Amino acid sequence: MNIHEYQAKQLLTQYGVAVPAGQSCDAPEAAKDIAQKLYQDGAKLTVVKAQIHAGGRGKGTFKNGFKGGVKLCKTADEVLENAKAMLGNVLVTKQTGPDGRLVSKLLVALAPQIQKELYLAVLLDRAASRPIIMVSTEGGVDIEEVAARTPEKIVKEWVDPAVGLMPFQARKLARALELKEGLIGQAAKLISGVYKTWWECDASLVEINPLCIITDAQGKPGISAVDAKISLDDNALYRHANIQAMRDLAEEAPLETEASEHNLNYIKLDGNIACLVNGAGLAMATMDIIRHYGGMPANFLDVGGGASTEQVTAAFKIIMKDLNVKGILVNIFGGIMDCNIIATGIVAAVKQTGLKLPLVVRLEGNNVSAGKRTLADSGLTLITGDSMADAAQKVVGAVGN
Amino acid sequence: MHEEARGNFLYIIDMSILVKPNTRVIVQGITGSFGARHTQLSLGYGTQIVAGVTPGKGGQLFDNKAPIFDTVAEAVKETGATASAIFVPPPFAADAILEGVDAGLELVVCITEGIPVNDMVKVKRAMAGKATRLIGPNCPGVVTPGEGPDSHGGCRIGIAPGYIHKKGHIGVVSRSGTLTYEAVWQLTCRGAGQSTCVGIGGDPVAGTTHLDVIKMFTADPDTHGIILIGEIGGAAEEEAAEWIKHNCRKPVAGFIAGATAPPGRRMGHAGAIVSGGKGTAAVKIQALREAGIGVAPTPSEMAETLLKMM
Repeated sequence: MNIHEYQAKQLLTQYGVAVPAGQSCDAPEAAKDIAQKLYQDGAKLTVVKAQIHAGGRGKGTFKNGFKGGVKLCKTADEVLENAKAMLGNVLVTKQTGPDGRLVSKLLVALAPQIQKELYLAVLLDRAASRPIIMVSTEGGVDIEEVAARTPEKIVKEWVDPAVGLMPFQARKLARALELKEGLIGQAAKLISGVYKTWWECDASLVEINPLCIITDAQGKPGISAVDAKISLDDNALYRHANIQAMRDLAEEAPLETEASEHNLNYIKLDGNIACLVNGAGLAMATMDIIRHYGGMPANFLDVGGGASTEQVTAAFKIIMKDLNVKGILVNIFGGIMDCNIIATGIVAAVKQTGLKLPLVVRLEGNNVSAGKRTLADSGLTLITGDSMADAAQKVVGAVGN
Repeated sequence: MHEEARGNFLYIIDMSILVKPNTRVIVQGITGSFGARHTQLSLGYGTQIVAGVTPGKGGQLFDNKAPIFDTVAEAVKETGATASAIFVPPPFAADAILEGVDAGLELVVCITEGIPVNDMVKVKRAMAGKATRLIGPNCPGVVTPGEGPDSHGGCRIGIAPGYIHKKGHIGVVSRSGTLTYEAVWQLTCRGAGQSTCVGIGGDPVAGTTHLDVIKMFTADPDTHGIILIGEIGGAAEEEAAEWIKHNCRKPVAGFIAGATAPPGRRMGHAGAIVSGGKGTAAVKIQALREAGIGVAPTPSEMAETLLKMM
């Protein structure tokens, strides 16, 4: 699960990470009020940031023509104008795709005077099965570009989960950021806080880009997490009610949300051949084989090992809501499940949903002959496939790609 | 296992990796519906399920066959079991794995799906230096087929359908459950049996990697060919391919799922994600090819690709 920047900053603040003062809002007047307070507190510049689950906001364009989802403002009235232009409008960035995302929340924050932009992230190193902290003096840009061009500028530190991040490691990382004496202690504290956020919230990624050396109102240097991105481990959400409450359904594709309510794993793609498969690996492989024979998969859909009638029916309903779909491939390896039960479920689902599109079914496994008979006797005009390859070729042919 | 440790004879007539038909197995979480169902299936397959463990239910009998204990340590002491299958819900799985490790089991197979990643990070750290091998989590388990009809009499730990197997000489290792069954069934339909089939699981932190299993298959004289099934995410397939290139003289066929998966999306499995341009199917397929592994053009041709090489 992903959360918004303002939510990420709320979590980080709880672990002692310094972030620029600010607040979220969903109305232009509220944005102005927040800005007024910030100016009263001594801010010289504030920033209005559109809250969507996608990067590239600053360089994005709204569908109403307004440019930029991140705007610096000198006055509260300027904040008001920008908030009006952003709220209720769709922002398109290089990460959102052409559909863009509706902006319904803003973060209004103090814009500190930035001396230098750095990079800090915590994530899992799969190969080491340990958390890894990465820092770079090259902040504010796409870290993947830094990794490709100047990999030596990314410094890594692995954390032993038995003891957690040790203070010396945080100091090492602070030194790697080429910080001066006065800031090392501050930076080490911030790095420890970011790591703690990652570990205790069960995050899969905490990324601070940029992490900034700033000059505060008194003219002193400081360290601040000016932007923040947090992704969380879905499997651990059950133990974080506060984070579950941060879920923003408006950021998720409606069909994917509906699928998750039926314990189905569905991801919409751009093609026109829908697939319904049991098991994640087989579901991916089914998409691949459709592509291999010249078709384009419309979705990833794993109905799980069980593939009950209810689930199959729900799956058909979801697939059919995608108007691009011109044909369906059902690929079930019923190892333990009785294939006849699955076939009965498919027949019931097709009748219930009134499916008119070409349907190719490949069934394999336990009691498969009875299952095939059920399909043949159903009176439905479905096509059966003997193998994955056969079924994939038939569905691609039926759709006419 | 003690018999095997004493003499080489049994080893020679009955080879496979990880488990053998006579391996004594316990089931942690035997009284839950999922665990109970698959325990019955394993017993029906002829697997030596010698006990179950459910805290608070010690003293009962499962299906009039297997005694239930409160702790793994007791179950091991009373039955001499060396392996376990874990079916407990995700919040309790890390505890169950480490209980198996503490009891000195040689093999722990964790079927549970949905364990928090950080729990597994802690488990892996706690297992460092211990003799126990962990397979999984989020995996279909391990099958060493038996000699009977439909491979009856084998050792089935987990949730794989037993009857699709056939005793033979092909090793199968995979991150995915149903894709493993697909490969096994393709082999069996072509008359090619399997030495052992290992599902290592779809999570980003797993007890056993492709490479671990490939090394075992390479060392096992009874395994004559290998099918390696991978998917997008991580770099475990590349690591295995690099080792195969220099150390494995047996024919290996491979398939990588997820060539059509969009970047940045988790494809069902927690570990199946292309992030930052890393872990793509194209990179993995290239690594497999460079290692001399026969890459199946489609998932329908996994067995055929291997059998052509043998």
